[in-house]
Amino acid sequence: MTTATTARIEADPALPIIRITRDFTGTVEQLMRAHLDPDLYARWVGPDGTATRIDVWDARDGGSWRFTGVREGEEWSFRGCFHRIGTDTIVQTFTWEGMPEDVSLETLRFEDLGGGRVRLHAQSLVDSFEGRDAWLRSGMETGVDQGYAKLDALLAAQ
Amino acid sequence: MADQLSRVFAALADPTRRDMVARLTVGDATVGELAAPYDVSTQAVSKHLKVLEGAGLVSRTRSAQTRPVHLEAEVLDLMTAWVERYRRRAEERFTRLDAVLADLQEDPS
Repeated sequence: MTTATTARIEADPALPIIRITRDFTGTVEQLMRAHLDPDLYARWVGPDGTATRIDVWDARDGGSWRFTGVREGEEWSFRGCFHRIGTDTIVQTFTWEGMPEDVSLETLRFEDLGGGRVRLHAQSLVDSFEGRDAWLRSGMETGVDQGYAKLDALLAAQ
Repeated sequence: MADQLSRVFAALADPTRRDMVARLTVGDATVGELAAPYDVSTQAVSKHLKVLEGAGLVSRTRSAQTRPVHLEAEVLDLMTAWVERYRRRAEERFTRLDAVLADLQEDPS
């Protein structure tokens, strides 16, 4: 039975960094596999309603990756480099090819909480606040806007 | 809206301006009052205010002689909304990852 807590997010006010933590049911090894095995990764990277095609996948220190999201005939490609793969850590770069000079540095660390639970600590660093904003706007263009109307209504009601 | 967000982020990238915004959440303040805690001229504070005004974060009353500075709190809410949207996207992704992990539990091969 999956009893995951929902994602907690922190946008650092002083640095162009976003930190996310999220708990999962599983093992550190399974979380690493789900991030490093291309077939498994394609199953969840999303967004909803988007098929993921893995174009390049070389999961080793210094290896590169590229995948393309396909939705209603439109495609968005992302690429980066696996800088370092440890036993419980992945350090990689991430770029949307639509803004190829905006690169974020992603550090993922999996913490064994015991009892079959693992906490993901994810940190994304971009080179400026403007870059962080632009990079996130690019994410919005990938069609991941389901639920926005609901959210807007929620915020409006506050 | 996206361009305004960029200006808000740029405006808040400076620690002095973030401090000024924090001060203004308490209430309106004059330029002199805003300058008081810092070792800078009122001219420098006015420069910071121009950036904050350009981002729509603050406005200045024209009527009163002292022209107090007012925080436009709803612009800060834009940032909150932006962070929440990002969080939702991440959560959708992680919910799919939950399903993949559940499959791995059943079939560890």
